Amino acid sequence: MTSIRGTVRRGAWGIAAWACGLFFFLPFGWMVLTSLHSEPDAATNPPSVGAPLTLQGYREFFGAGTGTSPWPPLVNSLTASLVSTALVLALAIPAAYALSIKPVRKWTDVLFFFLSTKMLPAVAGLLPVYLIAKNAGLLDNIWLLVVLYTSMNLPIAVWMMRSFLAEVPVEILEAASIDGAGLPTVLIRIVGPVAAPGIAATALISFIFSWNELLFARVLTGVVAGTAPVFLTGFVTSQGLFLAKVCAAAVCVSLPVLVAGFAAQDKLVQGLSLGAVK
Amino acid sequence: MTAPPLARPARRVRLPALGTAPRPRGSWARRAPLLPALVFLVVVTQLPFLGTLVISFMRWNALEPDRRAFGGLDNYKAAFTDPDLRSSIVTTVVLTAAVVLVSLFLGLGLALLLDRKFLGRGIVRTMLIAPFLVVPVASALLWKHALYNASYGFLNGSLNWLWQLFGSDSAPQPDWMTSNPLIAVEVSLIWQWTPFMMLILLAGLQSRPPDIVEAARVDGASRGQIFRHLTFPHLRRYLELAALLGSIYVVQNFDAVFTLTSGGLGTANLPYTVYATFFQAHDYGQASAEGVIVVACTMVVATFALRTVSSLFREETR
Repeated sequence: MTSIRGTVRRGAWGIAAWACGLFFFLPFGWMVLTSLHSEPDAATNPPSVGAPLTLQGYREFFGAGTGTSPWPPLVNSLTASLVSTALVLALAIPAAYALSIKPVRKWTDVLFFFLSTKMLPAVAGLLPVYLIAKNAGLLDNIWLLVVLYTSMNLPIAVWMMRSFLAEVPVEILEAASIDGAGLPTVLIRIVGPVAAPGIAATALISFIFSWNELLFARVLTGVVAGTAPVFLTGFVTSQGLFLAKVCAAAVCVSLPVLVAGFAAQDKLVQGLSLGAVK
Repeated sequence: MTAPPLARPARRVRLPALGTAPRPRGSWARRAPLLPALVFLVVVTQLPFLGTLVISFMRWNALEPDRRAFGGLDNYKAAFTDPDLRSSIVTTVVLTAAVVLVSLFLGLGLALLLDRKFLGRGIVRTMLIAPFLVVPVASALLWKHALYNASYGFLNGSLNWLWQLFGSDSAPQPDWMTSNPLIAVEVSLIWQWTPFMMLILLAGLQSRPPDIVEAARVDGASRGQIFRHLTFPHLRRYLELAALLGSIYVVQNFDAVFTLTSGGLGTANLPYTVYATFFQAHDYGQASAEGVIVVACTMVVATFALRTVSSLFREETR
């Protein structure tokens, strides 16, 4: 009897979980479905769920009919995200090394200083950055965003990398150096393999946050260096029948984040909690 | 802004090579890898804030460049007596509290559901993460045009469909964004932040030592007792962490307010107000004063957040 009751209870549990999952997924599913409908079908009331599918929305997003191509902003976003992620790793890994494997004095204070800069709201430094950029002729320049995104993600990256490097077994490091292994050998042969998943997680988080950023990009870029989120703000005011196009745009711009995030769900948690949750 | 001295070096986990006192030269060699990151961060984040601090005491409107002068506390007085700013402080508090508390509550529920084994758990988990992985501007556009729109949005469309199912043509068709603008912004943010809370809480649940729960069950503890006396105390830290990290991100939210309502109808929060003062009114002095106020507000939350993280951290290094 108990086993039957257990099976029923487990079944009910699963159904409840599925119902909640589908409920949360509904707006997302609706976005994808609408992006595949024709504009008249997308704007009916009540909604026409079973309307024929078409790629017209995607064609229009990529410039058919209007001639405005989304590729420059997408390339800008990709540049800003990838280069800033590379810079973040280049700065964060040595710093994390100095905070975990060969810790400096007062290393926890340094670590918390890094975290506290993350809590400084973005608007706090916006105006001076704008003024300096304006005077230096750096407005509407993608490299300015690269620098700012690097500073935005560096504290998270240092925290994450530190928690991963802390897992490197010290005994092995000591044994290796007693055996006469030089620093490069130790880094490549011992630290590297242990830290590799951590580096991947750090890169993922850094990429996602850079890709999503709007405020700095909106204030500091214009026609030339505008990123994909800035491009999306062109859809803020309604433009007649454009629902399929908006949804196609939302799907396309979110696609890199969706792919990266789904592929590395576990890394997502570690990164979002600054490495505090393992 | 420097870290409050919360973190006591817990225990030197990784002591340097046996028994050698750190010599000055060695200690600089140790610090060297740290310096690029530290210098970079100070230059890019701390110096601009100092600039904001200085400008906040100046009378400086970009439209009247000749009248730039020292203004003392004028900008702060103007900021605090400005009803728009006062209402945006209230909006920020309400928005942050509502989004964080509701998404935390929903996230806890979902995490408890997902903590059990059932058919297709991986698929459900993936579906639940999806909202968080939509680019924030894209998500705001989705809610604004495809869901909330009064004439062809999904919400009103579904109401119409439901009513027609029962043979009625007079389904209510509310204009969600003008009748309840702040709630509309909150719901879209809750949709995006619930997965975040769920992920952290689920990780917390799964780090709970299974043998203790098993032992309690064997000793005849009920489901409710296990939750109250074992799961919840273990989860408390993770609840705090999720709430505080969520607060830091939501307090700074700009994308949803900008996209959904453009700060209209009483939804302008502090980041949006600073942006508007700076970008539309070109009042650099007052925008900076507002920026400093935002930092002061965030610091209150941040202090708690740092304390929570450092207690988790101490536990980890112990």
